[in-house]
Amino acid sequence: MGAFILRRTGVMILTALCLTFVVFFLTNLFPNLEKLAKTQGNARMSDAEVVSWLDRNGYGGPMILRYGEWLGVVPGWTREDPQTGEITGRCIDFGMDPADAPRFCGLLQGDLGYSTVSNDEVAHIIGGRLVLTGILMFWAFAIMVPAALLVGVLAGMREGSRLDRSLSTFSIASTATPEYVSGVVFIVLLASSTAGVSSTLSEWGWLGPDGWLGDRNTLFLGSARSAMDGGITFWNFTLPVVTIALYGMGYIARMTRASMAEVMTSQYIRTARLKGVSFRNIVLKHALRNALIAPFTVIMLQFPWLLTGVVIVETLFSYNGFGWTLVQAASNNDIELLLACSIVAVLVVLVTQLISDIGYVLLNPRIRIS
Amino acid sequence: MEPLTWTGQFGTFLNPIMLAAVVVFFAAAILNFVIGFAGIRAGGYEVNDEGTMVMNRTPSDYLLMAMQFAVLVFLACCVGFIIGGIVLPEMAQKGILGAVGQRLLPVWIALIVTFALSITFKARLGLYGKLFNSSIGMVGFGLVMFWVYAALFSAWVAPFDALDQISSLRNDIPGTPTPEGEAYSHYLFGGDRLGRDVFSRVILGSTFVLQIAPLATVFAFMVGITLGLPAGYFGGRLDTILTFVANLVLAFPVILLFYLLVTPEIVAAGLPQYMSMVLFLFPIIFLVTLFNSRFHTQPKRRNLLVGLTVLIGGLLYLSLISDRGTVIDVLGWSRLPESWPDRISLGLFSIPLPQSLDLFDIGGNILIVFVSVVFVNSPTVFRIVRGITLDIKTRDYVAAAQTRGEGPWYIMLWEILPNARGPLIVDFCLRIGYTTILLGTLGFFGLGLSPESPDWGSTINEGRSLLTVYPHPALPPALALMSLVLGLNLLADGLREESLKD
Repeated sequence: MGAFILRRTGVMILTALCLTFVVFFLTNLFPNLEKLAKTQGNARMSDAEVVSWLDRNGYGGPMILRYGEWLGVVPGWTREDPQTGEITGRCIDFGMDPADAPRFCGLLQGDLGYSTVSNDEVAHIIGGRLVLTGILMFWAFAIMVPAALLVGVLAGMREGSRLDRSLSTFSIASTATPEYVSGVVFIVLLASSTAGVSSTLSEWGWLGPDGWLGDRNTLFLGSARSAMDGGITFWNFTLPVVTIALYGMGYIARMTRASMAEVMTSQYIRTARLKGVSFRNIVLKHALRNALIAPFTVIMLQFPWLLTGVVIVETLFSYNGFGWTLVQAASNNDIELLLACSIVAVLVVLVTQLISDIGYVLLNPRIRIS
Repeated sequence: MEPLTWTGQFGTFLNPIMLAAVVVFFAAAILNFVIGFAGIRAGGYEVNDEGTMVMNRTPSDYLLMAMQFAVLVFLACCVGFIIGGIVLPEMAQKGILGAVGQRLLPVWIALIVTFALSITFKARLGLYGKLFNSSIGMVGFGLVMFWVYAALFSAWVAPFDALDQISSLRNDIPGTPTPEGEAYSHYLFGGDRLGRDVFSRVILGSTFVLQIAPLATVFAFMVGITLGLPAGYFGGRLDTILTFVANLVLAFPVILLFYLLVTPEIVAAGLPQYMSMVLFLFPIIFLVTLFNSRFHTQPKRRNLLVGLTVLIGGLLYLSLISDRGTVIDVLGWSRLPESWPDRISLGLFSIPLPQSLDLFDIGGNILIVFVSVVFVNSPTVFRIVRGITLDIKTRDYVAAAQTRGEGPWYIMLWEILPNARGPLIVDFCLRIGYTTILLGTLGFFGLGLSPESPDWGSTINEGRSLLTVYPHPALPPALALMSLVLGLNLLADGLREESLKD
């Protein structure tokens, strides 16, 4: 078991190194740097000026060295200005004495760099945004996982029944509805004052100034902007959460159903049935535990999928979390911020993969004992 | 002219019936749920002692029958609206639904012909014929074929061009009449932010999806099969390396990959084109190995087939990857920007060939979208193929082929691959759906495609800024995308069910 975890962790670190290098390479290609130079310096720089600007600001060296500096395993660059004698460097913050500056400053030292667009430490920006996204993810999971497991178990306990067929069709429909479709449909149906359910309810007088459903014009709010300042309410947070949860739900439900259906045909369930155990007890006490091993893996592997969903939902509902930051960083050519976002994304994916692998082995007695 | 109503003349008596059907359906569903808790279940058959059978009916059965009946009535009303639209002469009588039904007339005819022919000859049509035994598969197939025919006949179905603007109809509601002298008398689904016809754009957007998604999936399958078969069959170090690379791509969050690949800076660096050079090589490799492994004992036939593949495939390949004025300009002259330090030397590729041989230039952006979608999908296909190969290579017929002395590639391509077709066909349908979602995601973020392109993702993106005030421009493409993906998923489900019955 220990050797297995060690090997998996080793592969994970290797993967993380490869992926971060790929991201570093793609974000530090010359056209990106050229654009950076022109936005930071002067928009009408000549090619030679661009190259000299890049050299002065530490973007000149070979790619692999810069990757090392960024990672924190190669000493940060320092450079002495030939005219003024002023020393600048990667690790020397503005106004800092060059002698006090640390030699290494990179990912391993916890220094993620400086966002050129929002003029702030990347670590500072990312931290706040991750908290916001964490809240969103928490609620999405809190709705998605129990609902998916319930649907899957109900569908799988009597394979081929009418209940199974209708729940399976529901799961298929939910996997066929990406976030940007369900989000749009939800907003139109529930959060638009001119169409859908809300407008009908206002006409009946149920919504509006003296309606019994609340004094707002719409059932829900089509933007989660107001939820960011701590004011998470049922009104402004339901739609984004449900939109994320719905797409992931179908897949988990189908996996649970398949696993449940397989368990229900196994020998020990038949034995229990022949002994006269009631159907309810068979499902709850005998089948459920074994049927939930496979969905556990799927739930963990759902994180990378949810990441795309989070980016879409945060853009659609203007919620300034991690996904929104990623989009902004990518479209503004904010290299350090984009790199940091990528690291977080890649790490989330790899760590969940690791947990799912180890968890599967731990949960499954057949593998654990052999 | 008056704006159209949704249901037109037939609406006066069909609307109440439809409403009643909906109410009955939901009332019955809720009642059924409630009495389910009270312990009343649907009845079943009971065999009596003397050998006769009795069918018990409980209240639950009657409720289910009511629900079925309501659905049938609802569908009949929809058909009624379409027939009304085709039969009634005046636009005001047709209503929006009727007029849309009439515009889609070629699609209805093609659908009816397809279903009639397929059901008549379903006994002779193998797996495809068996699809018509399952209702879910038929619904899925119908939805998919609806969009296929809509894309095929889009020139007749769509009344306006995707970019035609009538500025007086900006954001106007569905059914607004157009000024005199326009190609069609109404904007059936209203106008968008720039005064373009939403209905025409949804129909024309389907051509984009239905050209790119299946083709990209085919390419992803070629890459996945060409790499997955040897990885599973040979195993060893090759397998370890390929699996590691596949996991590397899979660990990349899709959205990040798109943002990194499709931004203008990366495109300027030509990276997607280098990727297309590698990825598009796989179909040629696949076909050459396929023919060579089968016919290498008949050199004449082999040479003909392999030669044709290399010639036609090679020309298509060069036309596809080379684009005038970009980094890879194989068939023109390579014009590389001199001031480009990170450049990879392309000296090898600048073969001066006459420009006329460059058969087509795909719009640079579409190529990039295509490549990124293939790139994202290939590793998953690779893993599926590898898994199936690992399973099948232990079978007896593989051992028999090995004893016969067949080469490894013959066994992989002509023994293992045909026997893996069931799961692969099912996954192919699912993957087209997933690719459609990916294309929509790209459009939604405005990546790669031009903002005025009528594809569904871009249209949703454009409509979402005013969504709460004007819902009609964003809703039709969203529902279109959903119905196509749903159709593909249902089709895959039906195929899986039927192929399992074999």
